[in-house]
Amino acid sequence: MAIEVRIPTILRTYTGGEKAVNGDGTSLSALIDDLEANHPGIKERLIDPDSNGGDLRRFVNVYINDEDVRFIGGLEATLADGDEVVVLPAVAGG
Amino acid sequence: MLTIDQRTFDGIVAHAKRDHPDEACGIVAGPEGSDRPERLVEMVNAASSPTFYEFDSTDLLRLYRQMDDNDEEPVVIYHSHTATEAFPSRTDIALAQEPNAHYVLVSTREQGNTDGPAEFRSYRIIDGEVTEEEVTVVAQLSNV
Repeated sequence: MAIEVRIPTILRTYTGGEKAVNGDGTSLSALIDDLEANHPGIKERLIDPDSNGGDLRRFVNVYINDEDVRFIGGLEATLADGDEVVVLPAVAGG
Repeated sequence: MLTIDQRTFDGIVAHAKRDHPDEACGIVAGPEGSDRPERLVEMVNAASSPTFYEFDSTDLLRLYRQMDDNDEEPVVIYHSHTATEAFPSRTDIALAQEPNAHYVLVSTREQGNTDGPAEFRSYRIIDGEVTEEEVTVVAQLSNV
């Protein structure tokens, strides 16, 4: 099973500069654990520290096949072989 | 230093004035690694707020896919402050996540929607550290 994950510039320090890496998992949550195993530190940048591991950070967007995961189950969103995941930091401020 | 052409500079200021009193936001894309702000893309402020801005998540994905297809990156990320000076707020600093971008702030607090010069300043924001940089406006970007 292979899922392509597109990594934004700011997180490429965890992937040795790679713009895309392959991961594995049947849910977004499992995929993030798999990424963490190969790219230690990346999970903390994706998961809200105040959510007990239950939520993505508010200003990180994750898409599965172009769908914002917030609308398809968040970390419980399901994944299948060949899916494409894109991680993009929000562009926001005050 | 940020070098930007007059037309793009004017476009950013006009967008900020048009959206006043809400914050306006957008980017100027350019070829990856070139540091040339070539293609102005006005974005919708999904927050429609005088004190906050955020690109809509669907628009954001579309924008990044487009830049990817063109081998571009966001050279400038701009937004306006409508009641305060053109300096990054605490929120701006906390949320800045493009280490290669010039963060441009335009303040419309003096002129609002009317004509006249607006305060236009540029910064690097890396790991919570803000460094202001000089802005040079040229008639057009030089050919390479």
